[in-house]
Amino acid sequence: MSTTTKAPYLKLDHIHKSFVRGNSSTEVLSDINLSIADGEYVAIIGHSGCGKSTLLNIISGLTPVSKGAVLLENQEVNSPGPDRAVVFQNHSLLPWLTVYENVALAVNKVFGSRKSKAERDEWIRHNLALVHMTHALDKRPSEISGGMKQRVGIARALSMEPKILLLDEPFGALDALTRAHLQDSVMDIHSRLKNTMIMITHDVDEAVLLSDRIVMMTNGPAATIGEVLTVPLERPRRRLDLVEDGTYVHSRAAVIEFLYARHKAPSIAA
Amino acid sequence: MARTKLKMDQATVAPATLLTPAAPRGTTAKAEVIALQPAGDSMAIKNARRFGNWMLVSALPPLITTALLLLIWQIAFSGPGATLPPPTKVWAEANDLILQPFYWAGSQDIGLGWRVLTSLQRVAIGFGLAAIVGIAVGSLIGQSVWAMRGLDPVFQVLRTVPPLAWLPISLAAFRDANPSAIFVIFITAIWPIVINTAVGIRNIPMDYRNVAAVLRLNSIEFFFKVMLPSAAPYIFTGLRIGIGLSWLAIVAAEMLTGGVGIGFFIWDAWNSSRLPDIVVALLYIGLVGFVLDKLVGALGNIVTRGTAAS
Repeated sequence: MSTTTKAPYLKLDHIHKSFVRGNSSTEVLSDINLSIADGEYVAIIGHSGCGKSTLLNIISGLTPVSKGAVLLENQEVNSPGPDRAVVFQNHSLLPWLTVYENVALAVNKVFGSRKSKAERDEWIRHNLALVHMTHALDKRPSEISGGMKQRVGIARALSMEPKILLLDEPFGALDALTRAHLQDSVMDIHSRLKNTMIMITHDVDEAVLLSDRIVMMTNGPAATIGEVLTVPLERPRRRLDLVEDGTYVHSRAAVIEFLYARHKAPSIAA
Repeated sequence: MARTKLKMDQATVAPATLLTPAAPRGTTAKAEVIALQPAGDSMAIKNARRFGNWMLVSALPPLITTALLLLIWQIAFSGPGATLPPPTKVWAEANDLILQPFYWAGSQDIGLGWRVLTSLQRVAIGFGLAAIVGIAVGSLIGQSVWAMRGLDPVFQVLRTVPPLAWLPISLAAFRDANPSAIFVIFITAIWPIVINTAVGIRNIPMDYRNVAAVLRLNSIEFFFKVMLPSAAPYIFTGLRIGIGLSWLAIVAAEMLTGGVGIGFFIWDAWNSSRLPDIVVALLYIGLVGFVLDKLVGALGNIVTRGTAAS
């Protein structure tokens, strides 16, 4: 909307990605163009195997592009860094560290030279408080539930003060109730901190509920952006109010129509 | 080629499962705690019961089998033409070795405890060096594909060389018995440490590497904060196999190099036909080896307590 006037915060510029194995090369992503504004919440949705995780890994720098570039504030980024923190699908907490130590690892690395020891301690606790995990500071990941692990993963990512928060199917492995709870937490954090967030998902409701825009990917190989849907719902959004909201139902229908009518999952995909 | 290599790795790693009896024993220990105890018992009674239970479950069976073995041994070697001494004769002729492990009466007339300590000192140096070098080289092989391609075949050949085959060459190189014995320990213990460390490093989940990449950990931070803790269970399996091999090798090496040490004591006793002494020395070696294995195992359990369950 207003993004047309100022330079985009994050710009994906003609991104191609091919994986080469021996003599054969598979094109996974083809000509991805996307501009994201500061503070925007964007969901990327598509069927399994469409390359959406690859796209997120390209933005995070964990996977190099074959062609094209990722521009963050007009600077090309091509290696991973704490300015694009990732919330991994399976939490990826280090099991030998406690909840506190897992976040401390990130905070000490990113702010080791800029903040005093007391300030860092305060910052770690602040971020864990944001995801309501202060009661389990000294627990190890094996001692807490899946939802709690994902909360700590989010706290660790937030603690890096990233320019962009990348969420790779953050709630995919959780049960429905825990998932709803965490979605509310993420919405709350987004409204308070106003960070830019990009989330991979294959849950239509999740995408509509959380995002400002939904990027719908076509099926691979050579997947690309099929359509971008703006979700014009007012914030703060409340799950209960939206169930029968016309805009919500309409947006949801549009995504479902795209995914299941026009771009059906290839029969091989599980 | 690649397949056989993999098999070898697996063969070396496989004992990990064999070497962790801690888990099942932990469960029995739990069972003991749960064992029915009427409320209101005093601590002393509870402890006494627990001790009685432990005696019944853990201490009694090995005591019975030991007694049986001693009995069979006694019967088998009590005849007039027996080639080996029966337990009673061992006790009669060598009980001083058991009762006074730390007596000192001249440079070659010392208690077995001192000899074991001398051997342990050599093992400590040789095994310590093997642990440091082994973990470093193993990390290199685990991290770098080219280091693995270059070094792995060499190591797979070298690790099959029996410990004692190294002795003449190390004697020639060091021109002294003590460093030669230490070198034999080193070269014996290092292979399982290298190979297990390498497997552990190669098995570091991609997730941890991604976390390190996003945080931009440098290679030293990555080594200490991610690699070592993540590979620790594998490393300790290697260390445990390594300490066992060290203890096997030191006795053999000392037999040949002479000087003070439990190995040379056996050789000396054999040359002067003191068979009961040899039997006692074997007992010492077995017990010390057992304790060494348990020590490394316990250390591993402490260090890896968080890593095992993720």
